[in-house]
Amino acid sequence: MKNIAWYALFTFPLLFIFTTVVIIPFVIGIAYSFIEWDGIPANPKVFVGFENYVALFSDQRFLASAGITVLFTLLSLIAVNVLGLLFSLMVTSGLKTSNSARTMLFMPNLIGGLILGYIWQFIFTDAFKMIGETTGWSGFFFNWLLDPQYALIALVVVFTWQMAGYTMVIYIAGIQGIPDDVLEAAWVDGANAWQRLTRIKFPLLMPSFTICLFLSLSGAFKIYDVNLSLTNGGPVNKTEMFAMNIFNEIFGYGHYGLGQAKAIVFFLIVALITLTQVILTKRREVQM
Amino acid sequence: MSKVWSRRILEVLLVVFAAAYLSPIYVMLVNSFKTRLEMYENALALPSRLTFEFYAEAMKKMSFLTAFGNSLYVTLASVVIVVILASMTAWMLVRTDNWVSRAIFLTFVSTMLIPFQTIMMPLMQVMDWIRSTLQIPMLNTHEGLIYMNVGFHAGMAVFLYHGFIKSVPIALEEAATLDGCSKFGVFWRIVFPMLRTITVTVAILDIISMWNDYLLPSLVLSDKGLRTIPLSTFYFFGEFTIAWNLAMAGLTLAIIPVVIFYLFAQKNIIKGIAAGAVK
Repeated sequence: MKNIAWYALFTFPLLFIFTTVVIIPFVIGIAYSFIEWDGIPANPKVFVGFENYVALFSDQRFLASAGITVLFTLLSLIAVNVLGLLFSLMVTSGLKTSNSARTMLFMPNLIGGLILGYIWQFIFTDAFKMIGETTGWSGFFFNWLLDPQYALIALVVVFTWQMAGYTMVIYIAGIQGIPDDVLEAAWVDGANAWQRLTRIKFPLLMPSFTICLFLSLSGAFKIYDVNLSLTNGGPVNKTEMFAMNIFNEIFGYGHYGLGQAKAIVFFLIVALITLTQVILTKRREVQM
Repeated sequence: MSKVWSRRILEVLLVVFAAAYLSPIYVMLVNSFKTRLEMYENALALPSRLTFEFYAEAMKKMSFLTAFGNSLYVTLASVVIVVILASMTAWMLVRTDNWVSRAIFLTFVSTMLIPFQTIMMPLMQVMDWIRSTLQIPMLNTHEGLIYMNVGFHAGMAVFLYHGFIKSVPIALEEAATLDGCSKFGVFWRIVFPMLRTITVTVAILDIISMWNDYLLPSLVLSDKGLRTIPLSTFYFFGEFTIAWNLAMAGLTLAIIPVVIFYLFAQKNIIKGIAAGAVK
């Protein structure tokens, strides 16, 4: 009996907070996705069944936003992990300056997405334009944020700049975990640098790949802050990502029911891709 | 000899590359000192003089010191509460191995998949209901934001503590219990000090994410005087987008606390990030 009291004393406070902040809103959120409401307390909430879910599949802007998000996620996934892996190989090559390089490469990750987006907004708009005017290379140096395709690439650049250092740190931990004798044995057997990298390091880095792919995948798919400060969805909503579309639907247009239905779909997709990704990569991990 | 030299060159190249990677920071910094004319002449050149007028103006317009104080209060209070409550909860869940504990743990972990956008609207409805029915000011107060921060970071923290505590030997705790120490005493005197490494990890991960968080504070706080740094940066930009030199000074101000934190806790941050991700 006394043990139950201790158990409650230790776990109840956090459970209570967690339930009111996460569990209850999540459950209520499912209910909200079946009603139509404009967010004004005095106005009625009308039950519409699956109508919101049907409506969102004919919402062109939403479908376009979903497509853009998928494209952005794929590009970011590749850029972040290729760069992060390269960085980690560079700073684990035993050079004396590795530590300071690592410190610098990781730094962008600590700065919040909102602030990063603003810094790059200046670079992609005014700084690029000025460089184009002075150097004459205006084919590359123009205001990227006015062109839908370049604006999307700009988002990939900023997201990659922020996340590459993060994956680098995880890859470094993975590389340092590879026992030296395995690499030495391969070297003695005559494996060259490339073979040692692809046949030994990469397979043994599989757990790190799992983590990094998972983190960059869900991070890219849920991007909001950088999206808000860099392009704010523009030009003409062409870079409005999934998360921003949900926010605008609910708080911008006051379509609480429809927006919440999108939010539930968002959750299902995030859960689905991250779970499959973890299962797929876990299968390929090599046991030492 | 030539091998030593090529190594030196590689070492220099590595640092030059890493510094070039941070060039956006350089662009921000140099332009925060330039006049409009100077900026348009060459955005990449060093400023001709060091003037802090834009900093003074940005500081005033962002209410920087207030925002800094607000961010500090909200972040530190949230982190302390998360650390205390999550470590206690995780310890009980590990040491009481039954279906209730397993169900609670599974709930904490599985909800980590829920994106913020999925619960932001209903969360605001729940908090508004608490405010109007129970008269507890959950909205537009720092304490309300702290409460929600704790809720959102609970899952991750419990998960990290849970994994760590499983590897802590139980023998010491049993000896202390035999000596008549209460559960409370056992936890705070014996267990918690042993959790130091994972506490540093949890604290660092939460400090970074709470300090930089924009969306939740933007929904919870509406008074100007309550704004955190990301919020005041956002409103600052809404009002003064054209004056880039002023904007760059404001952004530099916003980054300074992060850079100082990084300089002092660099080793722990990188270790903490790696440990937090690998778990």
